[in-house]
Parts: sequence; structure tokens; C-alpha cells
Amino acid sequence: MNSPSSANFILCTAVLASALSASCSRKSSSVQLPKPSAFGTAIVESSGGKQIAQTGALLPQPVVVQVNDEQGSAVAGALVELQAAPGVIFDPANGLTDSSGQLATNVSLGGMAGRYQITASTTDTSRKRVELKLEEIALGYQQTLGSHLNTQYCGRCHNPESTVERVSNYDNLEVKPHPFSEGDTLNKMSDADLTAIITYGGPALNKSALMPAWGNTLSKSDTQALISYIRAISDPASRAAGPVYTRN
Amino acid sequence: MKQKLTSLWQKLFGDSVRAFGVISVVFMFSIAIAPAKNHFSEWRHYQHGYLKMIRNRSDANTLQRHFDSGIRQIWLPELGVVDRCTSCHVGMKEASLSDVSSQPFRPHPVIPHKLEQFGCTVCHRGQGAATTVAEAHNSTLAWEQPILPAKYIESSWGECHRGSLPGTPVLNQGRNLFSRYGCVNCHMVKLPNGTTMKATDDPPSLSHIADKSTREWIYAWLKDPQAYASTATMPNFKLTDDDARDISAFLIANSTTLPGDSVTLSAKPSSDPATGASLYGESFCASCHAVQNAAGNMVGGNIGPELTKVGSKVKPEWLQAWLQNPHSYDPGAIMPHYRFNDSQVATLSTFLLAKTDSDLLANVHLEAATPQQVAHGKRLVSDYGCASCHEIAGIKKPENFAPELSRIGSKSITQLIFLPGMPHTLPDYIAGKIKQPRAFSPGLRMPQYNFTPAQIDSLTTALLALNEHSTTPPPSLAVPAIPESNYQPAGKAGKLMSDLACFSCHRINGHGGDMAPDLTWEGSSAQREWLVQFFKNPGTLRPALIRRMPRFNLTDAEANELTDYIVMVYQNPAVDRDSMPLSGYSQGEIELGKELFYGKYACQGCHIVDTKTDKGYIGPTLTQVGSRLTAAWIYQWTKNPQALRPGTIEPNRAMSDEDARALTAFLISQKGGATKETAKK
Repeated sequence: MNSPSSANFILCTAVLASALSASCSRKSSSVQLPKPSAFGTAIVESSGGKQIAQTGALLPQPVVVQVNDEQGSAVAGALVELQAAPGVIFDPANGLTDSSGQLATNVSLGGMAGRYQITASTTDTSRKRVELKLEEIALGYQQTLGSHLNTQYCGRCHNPESTVERVSNYDNLEVKPHPFSEGDTLNKMSDADLTAIITYGGPALNKSALMPAWGNTLSKSDTQALISYIRAISDPASRAAGPVYTRN
Repeated sequence: MKQKLTSLWQKLFGDSVRAFGVISVVFMFSIAIAPAKNHFSEWRHYQHGYLKMIRNRSDANTLQRHFDSGIRQIWLPELGVVDRCTSCHVGMKEASLSDVSSQPFRPHPVIPHKLEQFGCTVCHRGQGAATTVAEAHNSTLAWEQPILPAKYIESSWGECHRGSLPGTPVLNQGRNLFSRYGCVNCHMVKLPNGTTMKATDDPPSLSHIADKSTREWIYAWLKDPQAYASTATMPNFKLTDDDARDISAFLIANSTTLPGDSVTLSAKPSSDPATGASLYGESFCASCHAVQNAAGNMVGGNIGPELTKVGSKVKPEWLQAWLQNPHSYDPGAIMPHYRFNDSQVATLSTFLLAKTDSDLLANVHLEAATPQQVAHGKRLVSDYGCASCHEIAGIKKPENFAPELSRIGSKSITQLIFLPGMPHTLPDYIAGKIKQPRAFSPGLRMPQYNFTPAQIDSLTTALLALNEHSTTPPPSLAVPAIPESNYQPAGKAGKLMSDLACFSCHRINGHGGDMAPDLTWEGSSAQREWLVQFFKNPGTLRPALIRRMPRFNLTDAEANELTDYIVMVYQNPAVDRDSMPLSGYSQGEIELGKELFYGKYACQGCHIVDTKTDKGYIGPTLTQVGSRLTAAWIYQWTKNPQALRPGTIEPNRAMSDEDARALTAFLISQKGGATKETAKK
């Protein structure tokens, strides 16, 4: 008579054990940090902030931060740690600054489209943490499509930067177009306004006829993709760009 | 101890009523486990969390109405989808939750497909039927399919979409690299349409290599191709000194001489050292070939090989013969046959031969090869599969040299051997193999490539797309690629076009490169006389472009031959070139066209008609468009540019017939007089 109950007990233990092992497998491994040979008082961005990449992808340039002392000169051998929302991968996630006081790290953004805040920190001699916050932009599918359309059609006039392969037409235009990152202007325009000006051209909003109508060339979903791209890259950030992902 | 146990046993089960009571309690407890497990389940926890989160939002009512408690499931038998992901990812379809930053409540980003029609695991992989976080996302002993990391997500799109999509740049790049670096020369990839993937690299034949290069250069190249040219396609085979010595010995011994490989020039190079550089510039060699400048930057295109150290590689007499006509050494060469005269060949070859690197061959000292070394070299050439890419006289192209990769994206991880410390997932394995192929076991022959981390990610994405699903998707979902046509023009003009390698830059009828304009309808668009003049002396139509059509020094007969063919054959049925006159428009129409050009349509934003006032740099300069294009083409083009050249960036303005006619009248009146006047001033 006691055999079914003991079978039940075994079952219970098995369930408990598997639940336990599942919870154990989630534990995080402790990271071995290198020992700093020097300490700074400030950490500054050298390059690599405000980059744009696809979700999950590597940023085109590494993020480079520099540790300085009180006089503002670079400190070699200081420990820098990088943190961000789950899903962001740093290679390396920590390290000592090189002889020019800098640490470069390759960053892959997380899987969700939006802005990712990256925190680079170092400690000063009194073990106080000094932080630097950077933002990077991850494009989802729709924004990537918009980015492609921007390169093909819009960027030739709206992007003032020239490259060897492509000379910008920005300087040749009597009425200057707004670069798409110009949040101060573009954030004030509603999606409906942007759709109108893309579809029917500048005169639709009493603006220059130098902005042609694209409604017969771009589809409605193309226009939406472009707007989502414009919202994603605007600086200062647009409200439509969604939340900023920070470390928890 | 034993006594204690016995007394406990007596207490619990000593009399039958008590035993019944105890067993009932135990049963009740065990029966309660199932509902308790359900009650404390993860999905219920997340659904509670969701309800708590939406409670204080302004759109709480709408969200509440959309909410449906319990395990949710998307079941699509045709796709093999049983996805319960939406049990926890509750707000997936709620666009208004876009300000929420915490998972699992984020809405799904906008995509072209509907969730109910495709489910989740079709793109994201993972275990759709699982209802716990760990089982759904991670790979466990029982579940092999973890969630696909976001950086490889485009691989899932590639399972159905075989062609390139504008929204999948990573996948497109990966597929291009896979062909461009000749991976498919060794690894066969069968495509679902029954064909095999083709390589797009163009490895040279080695059957006459002794005409072209020295054994010392071959040795240095074999040891480290990137030391000669950092952009070299050939990977590093990590050969030992002896192996490189023997392979170079075999290749030289195996090489036969081609009669046209050395020429006697009747002229000396120009005495002015600047002439070589200017001839290199005028001939637009840099459109295809790159040279590394002093600052370390590559200047030039990547269609032909890098020329930074070409003087250390080629023999002078071979280079001269090549410059005279590349097709006598390699009939399939993608380089055009410039009709250089002897003096130009001498000047250009002197200029190129000066591009040397004294360090490259400084330490290479090879004794004369012994027959044993040559024989050993031949064996190595077979072992390393050199003939998979290169044509080598006497060596057959090996078949199935490397594992087939048609279904690599479905490979079970139990069949893989991982490196220590490597995460046990298929994407990590593939990326690791591309990064360090030889690390996986001694004796592997796959060479070392120099891919950047981003390139490795994109190659991995392309490889993951080759899987069971991609080979057998439901037919309704497969979106086939547009096959590359193998169009070849016929006759004398066709031969001339191959000789000039027009298709290396231009595209006609779906075949050819994309550096220069598509010429499929060139016969409808260009005026005959302009074409002849352009062939003889190509001017530039787009001042901002650094790549331009080179001058091929064509004879009158050749220019006319080509023009006749183009005007006759490359005709668009919708554009009758004789339907509109090239002159005779009324002044009123011309004036109206001018008003439309500068006013309503603001064409000066991209084009230049009056060089004094207009600055537009995007489209071609139109100062002489009346002598260049046919009126019928201008008319049809203004009405719908994409209909004539799909993908062209000029917007379709949906012009009325009257506007289009007036603009045509204005543009056709631009015969180039204005430019000459300004030039005089």
C-alpha cells in the first residue's frame, strides 16, 4: 500500500530537483576583473557614441573611452567597465586603459530596435565610481528599410556629408534641406506632416518646390519606413523613437 | 536509529484508520501539485504582470479588451508551427505599448508579415510549444533549437526569400561574400531550384603562370597572399616553407608558354615621368583597380586586383602584352581591351612596374627545383584542392572536395565538435569555423580568411539560411530569386562588346555590372551622332562622379559598328524614337517648359541647364541634352522614369501630357551653345 505514495514522493523530489536545477542554471558567473595599476578622476568619450547599427549587429566603429586625471591628462592602466541593457555584448566588457589612457571595445547592440544606453565606468583612488553614459541606436526591420531608402533617394540632398563615392548635393541647393538627424525641427512635425511632404512634395506644406513629390515613386509602406527611420535617428531623440534601454 | 524509524512507522501506520488518514493526506498533497504548478507557472506570472502594468495606462480599457488570459497558441500545420510565445509576450500586437522597455511586453516591431500567418518560431526559432522561459529560449538537453540571436535573424528571412531584399542588408552581404570569396568552389551548395550556387570570384588560370610571374613571387604569395595585397581574395593556407617551395616549383615546371605573352614594342616610354600617372588617371584604371596610398587608404575600385605592389609580381614583357590586349592571355578577362599604342603601353607599364615593395621578395632565395620537389608540389596542389578555384594544366577540378553546405543551417549540434570554451550553438560553431577553420582539428585543410567580425556575422547569417526549411518550404511561401540572365549580344558588335568588356560595368537585358548606366534601352534614348562622338571621346555626363567611361581609342569603323548595333537593337517598344521631332517646337512651348523646369518641378535641384545659375549635381548635366537624347525618350522619361529604368532615383512626377511636352521642348532646345559661350568668357 505504501508503494504508490513512495512513487509520488519520488515524483515530487524529481520535480523539485528539476526546478532547483533550472533555477541554478540561471546563476551568473562572476567576472574576474583585471587589477588597475592607476586611477583617474574622470572618464570621457573619445569616439563611438551615437552610432547607428541594425538590431543585434556590431557597431561600425568601436566605442573608445578615455580615463583622465584631475589635470585632464590621460591615465594609463585604469580599469574601465562597460555595462548596458541585457542583449548588448561588449568585446571586451572591461579592461585597463592603454598607454594613451584609452580603452576600445566592440559593441553589438541588443535585439530590440531603439536606443541603448551604454555606461562606461572607472573608479578613482577613493573607490568612488565615475561614470560616462553614451547612447547608440539600433534599427529594426522597418527602420533598416528606411535607411536603405534614405541612402538611395533622400541622402543625396538631405545628408550634407560627402564621401569619395558620392558627392552631397546639399551645398548646391538654394533652400537647404533638413538633415534627418535634425531633431529640433523634425520632431515638431507630425507623422502626417512628414507623410504629406514626402508624398506631395515641399509645396504641400508651403515649403520649397526643390523637395519633389515622391508619392508616385515610393509606396505607402516605403514612406512609413522612411519616417520610422527619421524618428529613430533624430537628435535630440524623438518621442516616437521609443524608450532608451538601460542596464537594469 | 532503526528503532526510531520503526516507532515512526508504528505511529503513522500502526492502526489502519490512522494509516488511511496519513495516506489520504499524502494523496491530497500530491494531487494538489498539478494545479499548484499551473497556478505558479511562469506564463501566469507574466500575464499578471501585464495586467498590473496596463492598469494605470490611459489606454487601459482597450488593452484590457484585447487581453485574453490562459495559454495562447498559434497553430499553423502547414508551417509546422505550434507557438505559445504569445502566452507571455502578451502585448505583441499593441502598437501603443511602444514606450514599454521591458520584455516580454514590448510590441513587435513593424514587419511585412502578420503574426497569425507566420507564428514566431519561423523567424526566431526556439521551442514554440514550450511554456517556460528556459525551455522556450535556451537550448537544453531535450530541446536542440535555441532562440536565434538577433544578429542572425535575417537568416530566417532567407529561408523563403532567395533573392536579395532591401530590408536584409546582412543576409545580402553574406550571400555576396559567399560567392565573392569562392566558398562555393569547394563547398557545394544546391539551391532549391535545382541549380548550384555559383562563385563570382575570378581566380586566374595557373597554366601559364611562368609567363606572368617569377617563382619567388609565387612563393611569397603562397606564404601570405595578404602580405602582397591586403585586399587579396586568396586566403592563407598556412603552408610551411618547404611546401610553398615545392608548390611554386611545380607551378613553374607545369606552366607552358603562350605565344602572345611577350611583345616587342616599337616605341619607348615617355621621358616625362608624370605621363604614366596621367595615363593611368585618364584611362580610369582606378575605377576597377585600387592602390594603397601613403596614408594607408585604398584608392580605387575592387573589380580588378589591387596594384600597390604589382611591379614585384609581374614580368615586364608579360605586363606589356597584357596591356596591349588582356584577352590574348586570358580570353575571359573582365578587363577591356584598350587600344593603346606602343608608346602608351611602354609608358603605362613603366609606371606600373615602379610600384614595387623591396621587402616582399628580399628574403626569398630558392635553389633550382629538384624533380622530387616538383612531384611533391604536384601532390600538395591536389591535396589542398588548388584546382577547385584555379585552372591548372594536368590537374582535374576535384569534386566534392569539401563538405556540402546545402543544409548546414539544420545541422544537429550533437554532430558538431566544439572548441573548449565555445558556446554550444550552431551559429557560434559556424562563426568559429569561418574565423579559425584550422583550430578545430589538426590536419584540416580549409584556409584562413581575413574576414572582419561584421563579415563573419553576415556569412554566418547566409549559411544559417541554408537549412531544411529553405530546401522544402511550402511552395506558397518561397520567393525565388530573379535569375541572372546570360545575355550575350550577337555578331560583330557582340564580339566588339566582349573585347571592350562592356558588361564589366554596364548592364544590358539583366546581364552585367552595375557601375555604369543600364544600356538596355540605349537605342531609344541616345541620338546616333552623339553616340559615335561619345565612343570616340567619352566626356562626362555627371560631374560629381569619380568613375567614368574610359577612352578605348576606337577607330571610326568600330565606333560606327557599335552605334549601329545599339541604335537598332536596344530599342524600347514603348518609345518610338522618331515619334517626336528634335526641333521645331514653338517659342511659347519652350518658355513654358523653362518655367516648369525652374518653378513647378524645380529640376535645377538635381540638374544643370544653365552653368551660371544651376548647381544640381545628382542627375546628368543637361546643357547639351538636346544633342544627346531623343525627344521621344525625354518625353516618356519625364512622364515615368521608373518605367524606362527601374530603380532610377528621379522621382515620378505623374506629369500631364502638356507639361511633359513643354519640358521636352525646353530640354531639346539645349544644344550645348550656352556652354561654349561660358567657356569663351
